[in-house]
Order: sequence, then C-alpha cells, then structure tokens
Amino acid sequence: MRYWVRDSWFQAREFLQTFGASQLFMLRLIMLTPRALLRPGLIVQQVYATGAMSLVIIMVCGLFVGMVLGIQGVDTLSRFGSEEAVGTFAGLSLIKELGPVVTALLFAGRAGTALASEIGLMRATDQLSGMEMMAVDPIKRIVVPRFIGGVISMPLLASIFTAVGLFGAYTIAVVVMGVDKGEFWSQMQPNVDLVRDVLNGTLKSFVFGVAASMLAVFEGYNAIPTAEGVGRATTRTVVITAIVVLVLDFMITAFTL
Amino acid sequence: MFGLGRKKSHAVEAPKSENIVEIRGLCYSRGSKRIFEDVDIDIRRGEVTAIMGPSGTGKTTLLRLVTGQLVPDRGTIIVDGKDISKLSRKQLYELRKNMGMLFQNGALLTDYNVFENVAFPLREHTDLPERLIRHIVLIKLHAVGLRGAWALMPGELSGGMARRVALARAMAMDPSILIYDEPFGGLDPISMGVIVRLVRRMNDALGISSIVVSHDVDEISAVADRSYLISDGHVVGYGTPSELEHNRNEVVRQFMTGMADGPVPFHYPGPDYSEQLLTREAR
Repeated sequence: MRYWVRDSWFQAREFLQTFGASQLFMLRLIMLTPRALLRPGLIVQQVYATGAMSLVIIMVCGLFVGMVLGIQGVDTLSRFGSEEAVGTFAGLSLIKELGPVVTALLFAGRAGTALASEIGLMRATDQLSGMEMMAVDPIKRIVVPRFIGGVISMPLLASIFTAVGLFGAYTIAVVVMGVDKGEFWSQMQPNVDLVRDVLNGTLKSFVFGVAASMLAVFEGYNAIPTAEGVGRATTRTVVITAIVVLVLDFMITAFTL
Repeated sequence: MFGLGRKKSHAVEAPKSENIVEIRGLCYSRGSKRIFEDVDIDIRRGEVTAIMGPSGTGKTTLLRLVTGQLVPDRGTIIVDGKDISKLSRKQLYELRKNMGMLFQNGALLTDYNVFENVAFPLREHTDLPERLIRHIVLIKLHAVGLRGAWALMPGELSGGMARRVALARAMAMDPSILIYDEPFGGLDPISMGVIVRLVRRMNDALGISSIVVSHDVDEISAVADRSYLISDGHVVGYGTPSELEHNRNEVVRQFMTGMADGPVPFHYPGPDYSEQLLTREAR
C-alpha cells in the first residue's frame, strides 16, 4: 500500500512537471513565432515537409472515408425515405467532425512522428548542441519553423480531406447507388452554414494543428538522446496527440454549439 | 577580417588577462554522483591545452561547463573575461560566436551538404553577400583539405572527413577559442595524423587558443603545450607533456603508461568474486 502511494505520488509529480514544461515550451514557441515569420523561407520548407508530403495519405483516406459515408448515409437514410439528404449528411459530417479530427489523427501519424523523430535524432546526434555552440538557438531555428509549418498545414489538409471526402461520398451515392445528383448538392447548399459549420470546422483544424505540432516538437526536443528515447518520443507523440485531439474536439463542440 | 559583416554585438568587452579560461573552485555533481570537486584550471591564450583523464572522469562535462551548456554547482568559470554562469542567454550566445567547438561525432547538420554546413554560422550571424560567403567557405574547406568535397552530404563522409568538415565549420566565424572533444577517437592512423597536424597548425596560424579533450596520450604529447590530467573529480597532474611523463603521482603514471590496473582499478567495484560465483542467486 505504501509503495502504491509512493509510486502514485512520483507519477503525479512527473506528470505535473512534464505538463508544466510543455506549457512553458509552448509559451516560448508562441513568443518566438512573430520573429520566425520574418524568415518565410524556413516556414515554406516546413509547410512542404509536413503538408505537401502528407497529401497522398490525406487524399486516399479522405476518399475512402467519404465513400463509406456515402454507403452508410444512403443505407441509413433510405430507411426513413430520405436518401436524397445524403449530401447534407456527408457534408456536415466531413466539414464539422471527420475532416478536422481524422486529418489531425493522420497528421500525428505521418507528420507528427516525422517531426518528433527528426528533432529527437538531431538531439541524439548533437546537432542541436552543435547549433547552440554556434550561437544559434535551436528552438528559433529548428523548432519554431516546424511548429508554424504544422499549424499552417493542418487547416489546408483538413480542407483537402473534406473536399476529397465529398467527392467520394458523391461518387458512391450518386454514381453507384443512384441518388439524384441535383438533390445531393441542393440539399447540402442551404443546410451547411458558413459560420456555424465551415468556420467551426476550420477553427477545430487550427486548434488541432497547434496541439499536434506543439506536441510533436516538444516530444522531439525533449527526447532522451538514444535510439530507444527517440522511439519512445515518437510513440508518445502519436498516442498523446490522438487523446488530446479527441478531448479538444469534445470541448470545442460542446462550447460552440 | 569578417568582423565587419557581423551583426550588431551587445556583449560588454572586459580587460584581457593572460588566461583565456580561468576555472576556480569548480564543483559539479550529477544526481548523487560527484563529477568535480574544487577544480582549478587555467587555459593560456595562444596555447594548446589538453584535458586528459580516464573514460568517465567528466572531460566532456568540463567542456560543457566551459561553454555554458551546463551550470556549475559552485565555483567560477571565466571565459575571455566573462563569468559564464552569470551571462544571460543573449550574452552567452554573443560569447559563443567567439568560440568554435568540434564534437566527438562532428555534429554536422545531416540535411545540409558540406558547403552549407560550413556556411551555416556565416549565414546565421553575418550579413555578408553570398559571393563572399562562398569564398570564405572554400578557404576554410581548403585549410582542412576538403575543398573538393564541398558538395558531399555528411552521410557520404568518413569519420575523419566529417571531423575535418566540423573543424572548418568551427573556424568559420574566426573564433579565438577552439574546443575539441575527443578529436582523435575512432580514427585510422592517417586521419588521426591529419587531425593532429590541423589542431597544431590552426592554433599557430590563426593565433587562437585551443582546448583538446582526449585520452590519447601520444597524440596529445605531440600537439599540446600543456596538459591537465583529471581523475576522480580532481586535477591530479598538470604540466608540459614531458613534465607529465616524469610526474611521480601514481594515477598520472598509470595513465601515461597505460597500465591496466593501479589506482584506477581494472575491476568496477563489486562484491567478492568467489562469493558472487558461489551464491545461489542468479545475479
């Protein structure tokens, strides 16, 4: 019993220390962001590395998620005789929830792990110490551009995911299952609101972008400089990002509706 | 030469002393393990000073303390007239522009080729035009014999070449202190000879001060003006290479002659050998 209490105390203390360190780290990132914007070349590189390089996985997944929505939508709505509402169903699902959330989860798996392992390996191979010795702040030069690149990429990727998902839903519902083309789009048009739905989805993907990018660079920067340490940091990035994204999704949904 | 292109410095100049680095009463512990206990070291201007000692005595830790990557528990470290533990981050970075460090593994940026690695500090700290940066980089690479390798990526370099590129990069800003962390480790005899000559030549040609951390006695004897021998958290020997060779301290003698056993034991402390073999427990 005594050991259990002691272990719990140590774990709670470690959690609080890590949480506090991550908040200080995030504060520093945000404070350094305005100056980092003066070097757009570094940010464009990172938008390419985190965003453009994630396009294939985002588009393929978006297509299949959209197609599943098309099948499920038609199947479910036809029980109520309103399969023509599948456009609205797919649109709202993708724009408000699936687009931002699934993109964030895929981002964590593709770009988040790449960021964490890259920065962790730079730590393990003394590249970050080398920079410090060259009087170059690695947080300014390496971490902040990657963070900003991730934040910019996420809403763009979520938009592409949603657009490709809608195409998938349209293909299945209209081309394969015979829902009327006009009904598909015309029902969607008045029922998807720009502010309540589209901006809400964009806000979510922006917040997820901040959280996923911050967690990835934080884990990479604080990785134990060994092969095992970098591996653990990469795993933690995916696991913690997935949990944080789902918790944030609930909170944003609850507070904005 | 390149000071003209440097971005504005905010560091406060201090009067120059004979020693470029002065360490007084240095104490440093990691957890419950004591690394240094009341250590005094002077690094003279214009000389090559070696820091030697058995593996695990904290030689690299000492370099990290001197460069401000670690903060001492007690004592002072004065580098070029400035107490390094009292500097702000900005002042520390200003001071580091005047220092070059060669890491054990080179620490080259793996995304950049040789040219870009050497150009990196120049691009970060100066407003020099690209044409001039190109000239400086080629001069530095020529000095280490790797001008022809400018386009290679770090992964395409041998260990010796990577260290020479790292040396060219460390010299890029024309520092007044060059710090080498185990520059001879894991090199073939030819590469080792090249690095030994480069350490000496750079120091004399550029009029800088060098600190070399190593446990390679022969190489250090060939290159160092003075050496410190550290063991068990203390300085146990100091002097020119020949003075150290004739030092009567048992630790110094064991280190200089490479004896396997002595004051620094061959066996890591543990229970009695026969007792441990005969015990029923697995470990």
